[in-house]
Amino acid sequence: MTLAQLAVNGKQPLLEIEHLYMRFGGLVAVQDLSTVAYRDEITAIIGPNGAGKTTVFNCITGFYKPSAGRLTLHRDGGRMLLEQMEGFRIAKLAGIARTFQNIRLFAGMTALENLLVAQHNPLQRASRFSLAGLLGLPGYRRAEAGAIERARHWLDKVGLLDRADWQAGNLPYGAQRRLEIARAMCTGPTLLCLDEPAAGLNPRESAELNQLLLDIRAEEKIGIMLIEHDMSVVMGISDHIVVLDYGRKIADGTPEAVRSDPNVIKAYLGEAEEEEMPEIVASDLGLAG
Amino acid sequence: MAVQAIAAARPGAVPSALKEAGLAALVAFVLALPLVGLQTVDSGGGALGIATHFDRVAYGVAAVFLGRLALIFWRGRRQSRPADAPSVMARVSELSARFSLPIAVVGIALAIGLPFMPFASRYVVDLGTTVLIYVMLGWGLNVVVGLAGLLDLGYVAFYAVGAYSFGLLARTFGFGFWEALPLAGAFAASFGIILGFPVLRLRGDYLAIVTLGFGEIIRIVLTNWSNVTGGPNGIGNIPRPTFFGLPFERNAPHGGLTFSKFFGIDFTPDHRVWALYFIILMLALLTNFFTLRIRRLPVGRAWEALREDEVACRALGINATNVKLSAFAIGAMFGGFAGCFFGARQGFISPESFNFIQSAIILAIVVLGGMGSQTGVVLAALVLVCIPELGRDLADFRMLAFGAAMVGIMIWRPRGLLAHRAPTVRLHRRGDPVPAPAGAAP
Repeated sequence: MTLAQLAVNGKQPLLEIEHLYMRFGGLVAVQDLSTVAYRDEITAIIGPNGAGKTTVFNCITGFYKPSAGRLTLHRDGGRMLLEQMEGFRIAKLAGIARTFQNIRLFAGMTALENLLVAQHNPLQRASRFSLAGLLGLPGYRRAEAGAIERARHWLDKVGLLDRADWQAGNLPYGAQRRLEIARAMCTGPTLLCLDEPAAGLNPRESAELNQLLLDIRAEEKIGIMLIEHDMSVVMGISDHIVVLDYGRKIADGTPEAVRSDPNVIKAYLGEAEEEEMPEIVASDLGLAG
Repeated sequence: MAVQAIAAARPGAVPSALKEAGLAALVAFVLALPLVGLQTVDSGGGALGIATHFDRVAYGVAAVFLGRLALIFWRGRRQSRPADAPSVMARVSELSARFSLPIAVVGIALAIGLPFMPFASRYVVDLGTTVLIYVMLGWGLNVVVGLAGLLDLGYVAFYAVGAYSFGLLARTFGFGFWEALPLAGAFAASFGIILGFPVLRLRGDYLAIVTLGFGEIIRIVLTNWSNVTGGPNGIGNIPRPTFFGLPFERNAPHGGLTFSKFFGIDFTPDHRVWALYFIILMLALLTNFFTLRIRRLPVGRAWEALREDEVACRALGINATNVKLSAFAIGAMFGGFAGCFFGARQGFISPESFNFIQSAIILAIVVLGGMGSQTGVVLAALVLVCIPELGRDLADFRMLAFGAAMVGIMIWRPRGLLAHRAPTVRLHRRGDPVPAPAGAAP
């Protein structure tokens, strides 16, 4: 696919994944995956456990080097080839922020400090090798005040403003999940990658998460990729769903198209004809009614 | 009485307590029988004989039995207290964090006033100088271990680099203390970076082993590279610090002014001891001020973030390599300053002064003080330097008392004497009507 073709229906591609392979010894975790994530869209990657979803994320965010394939990020009219970039530069230069399946906050630091660490690069530049910071020059003071203001904005967004000075590790589980998203957003990303953001949340918290992600998409104009098992989140907010099974892409399209794709039903439930689909699974997949 | 108390608290506790104490006594018996009970003696004509001391074994076993019972009783008493009541030291450490400014002011005032106290003999001021060297080393290592979370067992290497930098600069180029001081810090910082590069990928135990090796390499090089470092003989005649060029001597070498002549006071050798004390106090306070300040800067927060989770740091676009190297370099720099001062104070340096025990003591100061706590380092340095000094009367049992004190602190306060982390920045002022304070359970 060429860029011109991709931009046909007015959508701007943000991340192009082309023929991505990831092998661990003899195991092929991701096999020939090609797809596109668009700006202003929420792209969900779903699939049974062990399908290679997190591996794809780790390739995109530079924690793994892909065995083969190309990852192209379009930013400010330029292109960046992620598979050739060092891990931390992907976050710093390409602007890809991520959260983790098992929350990785800086547990001993406060919520506010977590959000300031996320703004390390601009602040470090303003502190001029810490010299301006040590002397407390006005330029650095302004930068720090700006960073705190930004952190305040995101704390407010995720409803943690009153608990800004709590140790992150002492926050309740759902709040930790939201704080991790706020921390990722404080890096000023172009693409936000969320690894199972709704895991362990109750239905009310899931609904709040949906709203938060929709707000981010609407206000920040960035792309969001998420891995999720909670179908109420996936079907409720995704614009585009990619389904993986054993490392291969088996479906790629709108929620409606994916929902009724026979390959998807087979991957999740086995052969559909052989037995009746349990009602609870059907409702989870949004097939009921 | 103890037994009755336990029985009252928990029925069925007496037999189990007796059983536990009996087991402890059994272990003590097995250990003591060969170690205490049997002694090899010369039974005349050089033949080897064995003397038995079963009475001592019996005393020891009885002591262990009763001691264990007392411990069980004491623990039972402690458990009967409400579980959420914070221990005394926990409250002390929280208060010390809250009132850190007044504590700092009082501490600095005491430190400045020490030489003017009536009991301040030359020995006391000298001991104060030793304590302050360790305080400074502790604060320097705190950057690496306490903030960045990189376990460094070879910190003494940087201390040695600083001391030898000064020694060699003085011998070769005739540098004085104040000229050599920044260079010693710079050399030590470059050694910090040299050590940092190969160990960037290592963490925890592996990092500790490599740093331990690095410390030993430096010491062995100093011992064997005789034509440069003087080998085991070390470097002597290191110049003493001056007061803006005025030496603390009876007579200046080339007929110039001395400190006492310039100010028109009688010469006493105490002036130099005092001057050394105030120099190290100044250096230590500089270290502290720098550390406190840099902790609130992006690089300081990145150190702490690196300690908490390196993977998350990379995901946020932080260059972990640079962050680690900066921690190593800055920690090493303070070690180098302290080493330079050490050389100037002793006037003589040799590899003997930079062995592993020094590294262990500095690390013990940081760990006992409470990782990352500046006040804790002072407290721990006082304890660790003064216990062996006070214990000089105990002669052979000095190091035993030292070890027992360390074990005691680790049982009593496993996270260090003052383990309370103060946030580097707050959104709400303390005391504002915020639903819950930092660190409270949700």
